[in-house]
Amino acid sequence: MTIPWLTLAIALPALGSLIVALIPRERVELAKRVTLACTLVVLAVVGAMALNFDPGGPRMQFTEVHPWIARFGVHYAVGVDGIALTLIALSVLLVPLVVLAAWKEHEEAADGGKGYFALILLLEAMMIGVFAATDVFLFYVLFEAMLIPVYFMIGRYGRGEDRRRAAVKFLLYSLLGGLLMLVSVIGVYAYSAQAGNGTFLWSDLVGPEGLLAGVDTTAARWLFLGFFVAFAIKAPMWPVHTWLPTAAGSSRPGTAVLLVGVLDKVGTYGMLRYCLELFPGAAKWFVWPVVALSLVSIIYGAIVAIGQSDMLRLVAYTSVSHFGFITLGIFAMTSQGQSGAALYMVNHGFSTGALFLIVGFLIARNNGSAQIADYGGLQKTAPVLAGTFLVAGLSSLALPGLSPFVSEFLVFVGTFTVLPVAAVIATVGVVLAALYILWLYQRTMTGPVREKLAGVSDLSGRELWAVAPLVAVIILFGVFPQPLLDVINPAVEQTMQQIDVSDPAPAVGVDQASGQEGADG
Amino acid sequence: MIPLSLSEAQTPTVTTQAPDLDYGLLSPLLVVFAVGVLGVLVEAFVSPQRRRITQLVLALLGIGAAFVLTVVQVGALPAEGAGLTVAFATLVVDRPALFFQGVILVLALVSLLLIAEDRDGEGAFTAQAAAVPGSEEERAHILAGTRHTEVYPLVMFAVLGMQLFTAANDFLTMFIALEVMSLPLYLLCGLARRRRLFSQEAALKYFILGAFSSAFFLFGIAMVYGYAGSVNFADINRAGSEGGLIEGGGPLLLAGIALVGVGLLFKVGTVPFHNWKPDVYQGAPTPVTALMASGTLVAAFGALLRVFYVAFGASVEQWRPMLWVVAILTMVVAAVIAVTQRDIKRLLAYSSVVHAGFILTAVVAASADGLAGAMFYLAAYGFTTVGAFAVVTLVRNPEGGAEAGDLTQWAGLGRTSPLLAASLGLFLLAFAGIPLTSGFIGKFAVFEAAVAAGATPLVVVGVLSSAVTAFFYVRIIVLMFFAEPAENAPRVLRPGALTGTVVGVGVAATLLLGVFPGPVLDNLVPQPEETTAAEGTVPEALFMR
Repeated sequence: MTIPWLTLAIALPALGSLIVALIPRERVELAKRVTLACTLVVLAVVGAMALNFDPGGPRMQFTEVHPWIARFGVHYAVGVDGIALTLIALSVLLVPLVVLAAWKEHEEAADGGKGYFALILLLEAMMIGVFAATDVFLFYVLFEAMLIPVYFMIGRYGRGEDRRRAAVKFLLYSLLGGLLMLVSVIGVYAYSAQAGNGTFLWSDLVGPEGLLAGVDTTAARWLFLGFFVAFAIKAPMWPVHTWLPTAAGSSRPGTAVLLVGVLDKVGTYGMLRYCLELFPGAAKWFVWPVVALSLVSIIYGAIVAIGQSDMLRLVAYTSVSHFGFITLGIFAMTSQGQSGAALYMVNHGFSTGALFLIVGFLIARNNGSAQIADYGGLQKTAPVLAGTFLVAGLSSLALPGLSPFVSEFLVFVGTFTVLPVAAVIATVGVVLAALYILWLYQRTMTGPVREKLAGVSDLSGRELWAVAPLVAVIILFGVFPQPLLDVINPAVEQTMQQIDVSDPAPAVGVDQASGQEGADG
Repeated sequence: MIPLSLSEAQTPTVTTQAPDLDYGLLSPLLVVFAVGVLGVLVEAFVSPQRRRITQLVLALLGIGAAFVLTVVQVGALPAEGAGLTVAFATLVVDRPALFFQGVILVLALVSLLLIAEDRDGEGAFTAQAAAVPGSEEERAHILAGTRHTEVYPLVMFAVLGMQLFTAANDFLTMFIALEVMSLPLYLLCGLARRRRLFSQEAALKYFILGAFSSAFFLFGIAMVYGYAGSVNFADINRAGSEGGLIEGGGPLLLAGIALVGVGLLFKVGTVPFHNWKPDVYQGAPTPVTALMASGTLVAAFGALLRVFYVAFGASVEQWRPMLWVVAILTMVVAAVIAVTQRDIKRLLAYSSVVHAGFILTAVVAASADGLAGAMFYLAAYGFTTVGAFAVVTLVRNPEGGAEAGDLTQWAGLGRTSPLLAASLGLFLLAFAGIPLTSGFIGKFAVFEAAVAAGATPLVVVGVLSSAVTAFFYVRIIVLMFFAEPAENAPRVLRPGALTGTVVGVGVAATLLLGVFPGPVLDNLVPQPEETTAAEGTVPEALFMR
């Protein structure tokens, strides 16, 4: 009997969430321990699953398909390719670290934070589900349902006076995108029904023989737009990014890690998996507008990040810039670009996750202030804290030797071969990245020690455990990215086949090939 | 010359023998009717102390028995054909009718529990409706603890009207059903215990506007009769496809469709016929509001679907533009007005208007999918809405004990009464159409039907309107969970067994229909291959004719 790995990985945290919710609020310590244990078990399950993954095997592995709502051709269908697997692995790695980091954050909350931990577990189940879904309807359901736990995590357990507004803004923005996507989701069903078999199964829909192959060009473009707008809001892309800085600024750093590190990836993942593969023709038609928006996001996000006075908002804006790189890599439609983008999603999760966590530790040491102006000279009093901050920061600006460098490089290579102008413009973002990161470090960590920060302690054991694994993987995959690429590349190749594009061969090669053909004839 | 004779099938044969009625098929209606009549007798013969319990037990048993009989009939439906006609084809027993009747009976049962809730001798109903509000006489009745147990038979008659409304197979029966349903409701609306003037105003408003709409409905029937020479739905359908009695009678039919439509859309409560809803929902005793917002809506849509799909089923192209306009107006106007509401009951009233607009998008589809979508939506919405009103009955003003309608008072309810607030939160999320609730599946079903029928612009308006509605639903959640309790924080009653059951049923239905909608969805209409139809007509296999 085969083990239903994915169902197991989804069911465990969902069950854990229920258990944590039922633990009486006086025993909040127990609730935290159960949460941590549950996330570690999930990590182990996903780890074991990853070891069983065969990169050379069929594209979708660990597949399960069960009918759910027969009337609409909806299935509970899960399965992962290399891209989904790495994103799931990223999620389950980040969650226990977030739990550790959030351990003492909610002591003043009415329920001691028990609800927060239950929500984290619920969210983890949905995150795994959304990446694993191979049914468009199931994906949509989880995509939308995920908003609710995050909404409560910001609105109820967030920080600052503004958190209610931020939570509502986040929810309404996302809901609007989701509802537009709903029209497209319904359209997908209507067209598949027209083609003879109303279904939401991804595998039946895609490809030249798929049920969506016959959709006429205009309709396909509208359907593409419905999906794309929702994903662009989620990603977030300029000009629909405005919810992110507010949401991240009002989140606990742990929430921000999950929000930016994982949830926003659903947007870019959706573009790769759904926009491109369901509507390849429309996607190619939209390349230029999307690339233009990506470039604006890269540069706009970076410039605005430089001007931020709040650290959480700063990191949020850097992500707008980073997500620009990811969408650029996806829509360059080359294998390096898409491999780079897929890898970028994972690496961005590591580096931004680390940044948010460390900012959280800073905030906890300084009366909850995230203002840059309230910090200074910390590298003297808290060297380990400053050191990890520097590594995370340098990885965010893609320093060679750290993992984001590999992905950013691949995106550049992939883009340059087909859209050299776009690649050149995007390099400006790299320069600006150095500016916002190093200037942030300089203002908070160097210089004279602030008076009220004089007695600040360095990272505690718990905090170190939360951030050290991230620093380790950033360095590990920086010098040795091959294992990740081995898993991602086959999936990217199959995506490229599916949407019927191939890398432009080097000019010389083409000549040689045609010459040989001529010789044979 | 217009031949005024009824068509062959319709001609009532004058005999001296008793008409041959299939009492078995009529039994669910007869049981409810009998219990209503018995209830009147109870008022006359049972001592006041024991009336309430007698009435309640009778009513619950009656509705429960009627529900069981309805379910039995579903099993007994013939395999061939859509169903059966009863009583000289004035009533039908078919899948949609039985589904709607079943749903109405369950919703009525649940609403009855709310109606029966009587905390410390203080129900939702006035002690003496005939006494002038605030008078000595009223006070005396309150002190004496008298109760209006007539409420129970009135509810039974209203439920009977709802059942008939969805099963009527000709316009006259439908009109009678409409009146049987409406008259008790007009009365019930005026019986609130608190804010009695408000309640009486609501009753009067509802009555006068309702009478107007009935007049429109009747006038429309006359027009249609002039066109088709019959009030029977199947005959009207035939006339629609083969041509009416007179040359150039098209305008008659059009006027008839429009006027009948006005009457039905008034009962459903769509813009521009929605004005009664907020006032009536707010003024009526909340348990009655729950019954109206769920049962009446289901019945009205059941009738509307039958009229437009059967009687006017051959004239889809004629009524579709009208319903397009009404649907768009409803979804846009009501959603925008709802944003400005400050009172929870008014807000739920406007929300009910918006949802009627969503259901209309499925009606516009004129297909099997449209029928199934509307049926599912109505069931899902009915349970959620009864649950929501049940929660409203529990949140009272700190002084005086009237319900705390003002939304600002609901601030911080999530801290003080987490379970209650969580239930209402779930209902609101379902109204907003968030996945894993019944509201989402319903919304998906109706929008899918509309897209498949080529009404994509309508769906785009629908989703934009959904986004607006999400705004005010979410605002209540924000208030309850993220805000500090207000100065004039309400007193939250501990839900008694009755109200608790209602909230529980609402939560269970909202979640179950949201996560496992399959068993319900798959059996609403016949298989797709049986429901093909020519362009511009409604598939024949959906309804018995």
